[in-house]
Amino acid sequence: MSIRSQIVALFEEVAREQGRKLSPLSDSLNLLETGLDSLSFAIVVARLEETLGVDPFSAARGTAFPVTIGDFVKFYEDARK
Amino acid sequence: MQPALRSLWEVVRSAGAPSGRFLWGAEASVDIGALAGASSLSGPLDELRGRAVLIRTRDQLSAALALIELDGVARRLVLCPHDLADEHVPYVVDAAEIDALVVDRDAPAVAAGRAVVRSSPQLTAIRGERRAGEQTEWVLLTSGTTGAPKLLIHNLQTFAGAIAGFSATATSQVWSSFYDMRRYGGMVLFLRGISSGGSLVLGGVDEPVASFLGRAAARGVTHLTGSPSLWRRALMSPAASLISPRHVRLSGEVVDQAILDRLRAAYPQAEITHAFASTEGGLAFEVTDGLAGFPASFIGRKGGVVELKIEDGSLRMRSIRTAVRYLGPNAPTLKDADGFVDTGDMVELRGDRYFFTGRRDGVINVGGLKFYPEEIEAVVNQHPQVRMALARTKKSSITGSLVVAEVVLRENAGGNGQQVKDEILQLCRGALARHKVPAVISIVPALPVGPSGKLLRHHE
Repeated sequence: MSIRSQIVALFEEVAREQGRKLSPLSDSLNLLETGLDSLSFAIVVARLEETLGVDPFSAARGTAFPVTIGDFVKFYEDARK
Repeated sequence: MQPALRSLWEVVRSAGAPSGRFLWGAEASVDIGALAGASSLSGPLDELRGRAVLIRTRDQLSAALALIELDGVARRLVLCPHDLADEHVPYVVDAAEIDALVVDRDAPAVAAGRAVVRSSPQLTAIRGERRAGEQTEWVLLTSGTTGAPKLLIHNLQTFAGAIAGFSATATSQVWSSFYDMRRYGGMVLFLRGISSGGSLVLGGVDEPVASFLGRAAARGVTHLTGSPSLWRRALMSPAASLISPRHVRLSGEVVDQAILDRLRAAYPQAEITHAFASTEGGLAFEVTDGLAGFPASFIGRKGGVVELKIEDGSLRMRSIRTAVRYLGPNAPTLKDADGFVDTGDMVELRGDRYFFTGRRDGVINVGGLKFYPEEIEAVVNQHPQVRMALARTKKSSITGSLVVAEVVLRENAGGNGQQVKDEILQLCRGALARHKVPAVISIVPALPVGPSGKLLRHHE
């Protein structure tokens, strides 16, 4: 499974578990508009750390935080290189 | 009730047949009957008479022999667990006013200026009389939250409930526990064993589970005690099927229904008892109905050895089995104005039964919502593939902290870890309030269990 598809699957899984209505995901969709709350977002990040072994948010200095889904995917792809 | 000034040696000596009773350790064994004419101690007993003695031996067999021989002789015996870090020894020595040591290896630096006697399971001639001259204080150590141990005073009388009457079937009894006799739970088992007239199997330092179970099986263990975590770990070993105890006992941690059911399935011929006990409060009660928790009727009963009450959500107890007091500088007060000890264990009433929800000082606070890890673990442990579970907090780069659960699965749990994780989450969602459902389930190969037999908890 590519990183992209793992991320999409996780957004869907967590939205379902947390009872959130997920907006249709596209690269240009802002993370703040996905429909996930911060707890759900934290769960996605924690589960990605579990599967991919990285948490680029804890390493980032805040200057390069992802804004859109597309940024988010690249954020993880870069962390995994 | 034992008359005062009766010593542990007198209890052991009068418990039945003089021979055929053994203390089987990992590296050496002792014929209990041989203690009548021989000693484990290298020095004269008078050297230790009336003194405050630190028993700091690696192996528990040597510590057990020192306790038997010196109760009634020494003024105070401090039972130093083998895992006590060297850095804490000076504190213990000062707090207990130690003026003599019993060791089985090289004496530590604090021994300077103090009498040092060696203990060894290779018995030699007794030097002196085991005459019981006083009610010796037994000092047990428990871990404080800052790392330095807390010292609690007990004696033969506070443990009197563990002193069994000799019975005709005793010589066939073989007693053992997963934990060390220098801890309260292990001490109760040790005393029951040696006062019963039977034999004991003592675990070795860092002895692998399979090795211990193999030895216990070879000796025909009949009574085996452990914490729920130690039992869970034992059940993961193929060696668990080697033993066939008649009496299975649990204490030291919250006992959930899952471990009780698993033990009943593993040992259908055994009577399963879970005991609620702590170093501070002593032995409170035993439950033999196979259900987790305890009947509500236990609270407020009058006239028994132990009186129980609940205050601020935790169980409190008053009895002759509680520790006498804490020992040391700035020692906290053990008992309230009415003599009750706060066990620090939180309970919740459901119907006509109380259930333990967790340790007060183990409460997790995530985003202002509080709960106990044991509540989550009890649910996760219900999954048939789960052997052990640990709930803890983990730092989140997004929200501060999250609740996560680590699980050890049954061997050959099958390919799909993801499926098990999903099932566990589903179990949790069905049984727990939303904020208690773990954010992540991690499958781990093992979970650390401390020397007291309790799951080691760490929170980020």
